[in-house]
Amino acid sequence: MTVTETVQNPQAPARKRIAAAWGFILPAFAIYAAFVLLPMAISVYYSLLNWDGIGQASFAGLSNYWEVMTDSDLLQIIGNAFQLIIYFTAVPVVLGLLIASVIRNQMSGRFGTVTRTILFIPQVIPLVAAGIAWSWMYDFDGVVNQFLNLIGLESWTRGWLGDFDYALPAVGLIGTWVLLGLCLLLLVTGIAKIDPALYEAAKLDGATPWQEFRHVTLPSLRPEIGVCITVTIIQALSSFDVVYVSTGGGPGIETTVPGLEIYRLAFAHREVGLASALGVVLMILVLVCILPVQWLTREKS
Amino acid sequence: MNHWLRNPWIGRGLIVLLMAITLLPFLSMLSAALAPSGTYPVGLSWPSDPQWGNFARAFEVANMGQMMLSSLLIVAGVVPLAVIMACLAGFGLSKLVTGRRKWLYLVFVLGLTLPFESIITPLYYEVRALGLLNTRFAIILPLLGLYMPFSVYWMRAHFIGVPKDLSEAAQLDGADSWREFWKIQMPLARPSVMSLSILLFLWTWNQFLLPVVLVQDPTKRTVAGALGAFQGQWGTDVPLLCAGSLIILAPTVILFLIFQRQFVSALLQGAVKG
Repeated sequence: MTVTETVQNPQAPARKRIAAAWGFILPAFAIYAAFVLLPMAISVYYSLLNWDGIGQASFAGLSNYWEVMTDSDLLQIIGNAFQLIIYFTAVPVVLGLLIASVIRNQMSGRFGTVTRTILFIPQVIPLVAAGIAWSWMYDFDGVVNQFLNLIGLESWTRGWLGDFDYALPAVGLIGTWVLLGLCLLLLVTGIAKIDPALYEAAKLDGATPWQEFRHVTLPSLRPEIGVCITVTIIQALSSFDVVYVSTGGGPGIETTVPGLEIYRLAFAHREVGLASALGVVLMILVLVCILPVQWLTREKS
Repeated sequence: MNHWLRNPWIGRGLIVLLMAITLLPFLSMLSAALAPSGTYPVGLSWPSDPQWGNFARAFEVANMGQMMLSSLLIVAGVVPLAVIMACLAGFGLSKLVTGRRKWLYLVFVLGLTLPFESIITPLYYEVRALGLLNTRFAIILPLLGLYMPFSVYWMRAHFIGVPKDLSEAAQLDGADSWREFWKIQMPLARPSVMSLSILLFLWTWNQFLLPVVLVQDPTKRTVAGALGAFQGQWGTDVPLLCAGSLIILAPTVILFLIFQRQFVSALLQGAVKG
């Protein structure tokens, strides 16, 4: 990003230009303030209250935050979101890196276009549709079990989304399905920008594919990896749609994520204060996870 | 001397496998959608007597026509306004780059990582206080605000990249900022505006949380939100549910296939900048 000083123009005094700039910014700022900044502030305010959304509210101090950080159910729910990071972030990024470096020379021409198009479809459809498609895949009579039967693993078949041990990984893999294509294509684009001379040099030095990956591909892809991690962590921590339609958070609270719990606390259990406190905590958790990634992977300029 | 991993067929095989896994859920939905309504289909199997009529029935019982129209109205309310406001603010912010005033830009960027769920509770009470609950404005107005961080960030990045000489030349010709913006800057911003419009269209069309919380009537929701209601009502009729879901995801997929170059580049850039 280039930041240059504004030019001093004798005909338009600085103050006038600044006033004009404010005029340009005002509409966007007003709507942003009204529907994001104000609710953010109200969220913090609500989080200090005991309120059922209807009757008289009473001041609760930090007790809602205390509950978020000590209640075993809420802790498990926050933990679920972090477990989703494995499937939303770690798997797509690692697999994406490996696949991208194997296919790096084959994404040109018509084959490349077809590949890009198909791998992008999960990005275009509503997540709700992905959730519905996969609940059917995971159904007891669905494709996953059909496949297991086909390869002789009958004993592994189960209703995946209703299983206490496998529901969360199953939901997580829906995220993998949605995000792998995006990560892969981001990484392939990044690899295309690497100077081919580096690969030639590695080849002349007799590097194995692994060494090539380790010393040429990986270091050059730092910014793209940063982008993948950032985007997917945000999706994991703030997931809602997929869980809402595929499991509704069950069985028990095995797949409940903070987004779903906020919705439930605020609109079903009428615990507005606690819901808001969880919202504030979620907002902070996302920032705490994202900022180090940004800091570690940004390009040195 | 060639390592086996360099064999092009390994890469090609991997890609084909990946494409198959990507398409599998859609095929599985299609095969279920063609089973007789009310029955319980089994996995991936082409039905002996495909019931294409399920699509027509799903279209009818879910009031799809109304739902699509509603989504279009919401998109029409959100996308053009959001783009214009973002262009204005992006341009304004690109002029306010000196030291102290940068905080204003940072305030916008602050919203980039905000999970919508974090403010959905106060939004509900705010929209209720405005008397807009159960109207399309309950979705349109909050989305305009929620899209501002990304949109403003996006357009500012564009305007910052425009050579300064251009703006100086315009000012020497006596154009004020307003004229410069419309006559010189906006025509140049077309590609960025296009990409932003595509992204905002997709996000709006696929928006789920806001309609579920703020609008009860499925015919006033976005298509994605309505799909949630459809699932609640018809979730036990797998063929009908699958047919309905396929209809609902068809418009964006068709648009995507037509404009795939623009979509892919918008989504890739969108990820990089977001």
